Amino acid sequence: MKIVVPIKRVVDYNVKVRPLGDQSDVDLNNVKMAMNPFCEIAIEEAVRLKEAGTATEVIAVTVGKTDSQEQLRTALALGADRAILVETDSLLEPLAIAKALAKVIEAESPQLVILGKQAIDGDNNQTGQMLAALLNYGQATFASEISIERDSASVTREIDGGLQTIQVSLPAIITTDLRLNEPRYASLPNIMKAKKKELDVQPIDAMGIDTAPRMELLSVELPAARQEGIKVESIEELVSKLKNEAKVIS
Amino acid sequence: MSTLVIAEHDNTNLKPATLNTVAAANVIGGAVHILVIGNACQSVADEAAAVEGVEKVILADDSAYENQLAESTANLIKSISANYSHILAPATTFGKNVLPRLSALLDVQQISEITEVVSDDTFKRPIYAGSCIATVKSSDSIKVITVRATAFDPVNASGGSASIETMSADGVSDLSSFVNEEIAQSDRPELTAASIVISGGRGMQSGDNFHLLETIADKLGAAVGASRAAVDAGFVPNDYQVGQTGKIVAPDLYIAVGISGAIQHLAGMKDSKVIVAINKDEDAPIFQVADYGLVADLFNALPELAEQL
Repeated sequence: MKIVVPIKRVVDYNVKVRPLGDQSDVDLNNVKMAMNPFCEIAIEEAVRLKEAGTATEVIAVTVGKTDSQEQLRTALALGADRAILVETDSLLEPLAIAKALAKVIEAESPQLVILGKQAIDGDNNQTGQMLAALLNYGQATFASEISIERDSASVTREIDGGLQTIQVSLPAIITTDLRLNEPRYASLPNIMKAKKKELDVQPIDAMGIDTAPRMELLSVELPAARQEGIKVESIEELVSKLKNEAKVIS
Repeated sequence: MSTLVIAEHDNTNLKPATLNTVAAANVIGGAVHILVIGNACQSVADEAAAVEGVEKVILADDSAYENQLAESTANLIKSISANYSHILAPATTFGKNVLPRLSALLDVQQISEITEVVSDDTFKRPIYAGSCIATVKSSDSIKVITVRATAFDPVNASGGSASIETMSADGVSDLSSFVNEEIAQSDRPELTAASIVISGGRGMQSGDNFHLLETIADKLGAAVGASRAAVDAGFVPNDYQVGQTGKIVAPDLYIAVGISGAIQHLAGMKDSKVIVAINKDEDAPIFQVADYGLVADLFNALPELAEQL
């Protein structure tokens, strides 16, 4: 079984992002970049399926600029067999990214596509579901447990009230939630080996898809700041403030 | 211009997030219709028809929609989408699952988790875990939008008298099927709907110690939440999680106990009206967003708080 894992290069999750001085966008100058954490979980799950003998090949794919090769190399070091960069100079919206990924998946015809439920930059939570629609595949989003059967996958999903288990016919799209697994770190020998693995670059222009933006970013601002609070000295003072000042308890 | 709101429900009751979503639809303007997709869910349609300001309820009641799986649900919404300028759903796990699929079927770029309606094509939404707020303008002919419920005050659940129209199942898919569900049972209010939330973090040290929070929650009629650190440590199940990747809450009172205040957690609660932080580390970032901070050992503070309430 072949598994395709789309990944994304994003600002490292430890970086506190701020708007640019003119508020035209976020300031991404000289910030540390990394693989989106949910994508690491997706890679890990695919690699585990390969180690368990369920999968035969894991292909990492991204849609982005040349520098996204760095995150593809990380995916290769974590155990992906080969990688594909769909190269573009534009910052694409999730719909356009899903269209590009759909082209790659049509060409590769994997049995399973695993990707992160959301990227921590735009927080959109869209690409997997869109990809499933474009390919007319079933979708199992926010997965916390995956078990592969003959021609279907049984997936436990994190939903608001608890857990839901569904069965999806393969090929299918699965998006990962946090508790699916704990991703490994790449070892030095694997990082060295990853440099020799195949990384194919495909220009997006050759795909014949409409990637025109549908949204215009008008501005990026800081959220409204909260008024500075106070320190109380005791529980007694706290309870009195909550009753008499904030009036949130009676 | 008219807006279709997809109802959030469990086949018996309309979920409160629907009322916040109708509120967002009202700001956009034009007629508001509610689509109820489910099985044996006439009671939900009746509730939806009573929601203030709703003109029409469309009910798609069919066994195929018992579990509101994404494939069939998205196909059904698509079949009536041409009648609408805007299609809205709450940004719950249901809305987040279905709407992007619909959006791709319609070839439009969804706008996720809006927190403000600026005009009928321009919206504000948080990005980077709420570190920044983006204002975006959509050029798509149908705007598909998920709504962060806590950012809009709910409309009245009664006072309306909408007509109820029924529609038959359309585009039912067999790509996925329901197996089972484990829904946490609790007598306490739901996290996202509670007016008071008390959450514990890694400082709680164990799942057993959460009973200290539960005692207080029961006195206040509060819901109990947790930080991702507490969930990752296995103290409590994931449905307790408040944060960027968990639930977004904005109660009247949020009490953070033994939570350091990682940006990930703040993203899920910093719009609460009053925030209380109890932490023994006086430099914990949670104190920067707290209206009332108490530097104390939670194992002394919590029993004392329980006693004084």
